[in-house]
Amino acid sequence: MNGIDSKKASAKLEVRDLTIDYGQAPILSEVNLAVYEHEIFGIIGPANSGKTSFLKALNRMDMFTPSMNVRGEVFFNGRNLRKWTNVYNLRKRIGVVFPLPVGLPMTVYDNVSLAPRLARIKNKAELDIIVERCLRRAALWDEVKDRLNSLGSLLSGGQQQRLTIARALSQDPELLMLDEFSIAVDPVTTMRIEDVLKELKSEITIILVTNLVQQARRLADRTAFFLTGQCVEIGETEDLFNGKVKDERTSDYIEGRFG
Amino acid sequence: MFTASDLNLRNRKTEKLFRILFMLMSVLLILPVLTILGTLIYKGGSVVTIDFLFTNPTDGMTAGGIFPALLGTIWLVAVALLFSVPLGVAAAVYLSEYAKDSWFTRLINLCIINLAGVPSIVHALFGVGAFVLFFRFGTSILAASLTLGIMTLPVVIVATRESLQAVPFAFREACWNMGATRWQTIRRVVLPNSISGILTGIILEVSRTAGETAPIMFTGAAFFLPFLPQGLFDQTMALSLHLFVISTQVPGVPEGIPYGVALVLISMVLLMNSVSIGFRIYLRGKKKW
Repeated sequence: MNGIDSKKASAKLEVRDLTIDYGQAPILSEVNLAVYEHEIFGIIGPANSGKTSFLKALNRMDMFTPSMNVRGEVFFNGRNLRKWTNVYNLRKRIGVVFPLPVGLPMTVYDNVSLAPRLARIKNKAELDIIVERCLRRAALWDEVKDRLNSLGSLLSGGQQQRLTIARALSQDPELLMLDEFSIAVDPVTTMRIEDVLKELKSEITIILVTNLVQQARRLADRTAFFLTGQCVEIGETEDLFNGKVKDERTSDYIEGRFG
Repeated sequence: MFTASDLNLRNRKTEKLFRILFMLMSVLLILPVLTILGTLIYKGGSVVTIDFLFTNPTDGMTAGGIFPALLGTIWLVAVALLFSVPLGVAAAVYLSEYAKDSWFTRLINLCIINLAGVPSIVHALFGVGAFVLFFRFGTSILAASLTLGIMTLPVVIVATRESLQAVPFAFREACWNMGATRWQTIRRVVLPNSISGILTGIILEVSRTAGETAPIMFTGAAFFLPFLPQGLFDQTMALSLHLFVISTQVPGVPEGIPYGVALVLISMVLLMNSVSIGFRIYLRGKKKW
């Protein structure tokens, strides 16, 4: 935890004693971590280790799950976001990509221009620019530029996932959270999205939850290992994969001895 | 080696037996519909002419047409819908999109179920008490329509809520994650994708409302009126009540006329239903996910 204090100034997101339960035993207990500006922060761990609930707590989506209880503090740009009243403004600044792509049942164009429109941007020319830029950044522009007016929900799975990413980018977020985005995507598309993420890093902060250990290795600057509701270890990705771990379970998981 | 055993054969026989049994049961359903329609067309078909539809009844309702009743039914249905659709859709949107599962929402749901179970004659008496007497609307189109509207509310609410629930939750979640408010999500994603179901429910509702007799009998529908209603506070004739009256209350009505009225009423309902079905097929073709 020493690392946090010394680098506090550049912490984009700081989580303190975050505990989550669904009415019974905590599924995530007392997580403390910090995510720095312009880094890709990887979270690895087997199923049911609390990764997705962790993301939900960060953009206050727990509001929509009545049984979900969240305790602890999360500082986003230094402000405790668990206490923000304008959650809509908060969610606008945090983009999310789900494991399964969700193409909204509207055209490709409308999918990507929805967030700007919600933010009351009405100028068609301005929207055109945003749509093209976001689709380009999600490596989807070349494939859909001729059919922007066809339904987004009819694209292939991999394309829909990139559409979801384009949509998440269209709200111009400061933080992008990806939850096992490559589950429904073929390897080639996965690599293309990974390239996109590496480029995006210079502009925004990224939290990458993944069950592919090697994906974290390829992308993440630092990686946290979650196991059965606990944050076992946080370290430079390089170190974790080179065996410089504080907890044996981390190296066991990374080297595939369980999980 | 692969010859059928006795058990196999017996299983196949029972299988066949039950299939035929169930099929017969479902075919039986067609029978009443065909009988009713057949009888009505056979006995009343010759009565229904353009003249019949658009002239007043004459000679103490033993001759002439049904125009005031036809128009009256349209009035009643239209005003009832103006009342029950906005109210029902709004209530359903609240219950489906905003309400949390609490004792309060459970109470509301219980009320809806019970409202749907109230017999129509009880609705009629409630209408008399509430709209005719308490609100002093008198026996009028307004009172009768409001009574019909309240009676049809549960169906509008249930149909709307089901169409809203049919929109995948992931769509809402995706929208919320972009910072959309509940209302923005409802307007941009939920309503556009459930409108077909809502409209279908409403159209089906129309057909039910058109046929009701009891709720309008004491609240606004008249035995006989020589003139057309001029406004919401006038009484009106209605097809359903007219049919009741000429079949049971007026002596000397030629046999064809009640059948003709029934045919017009059922045609209205069937027309509405086919519009609804056609509409659903059209929208299913445009289904977006």
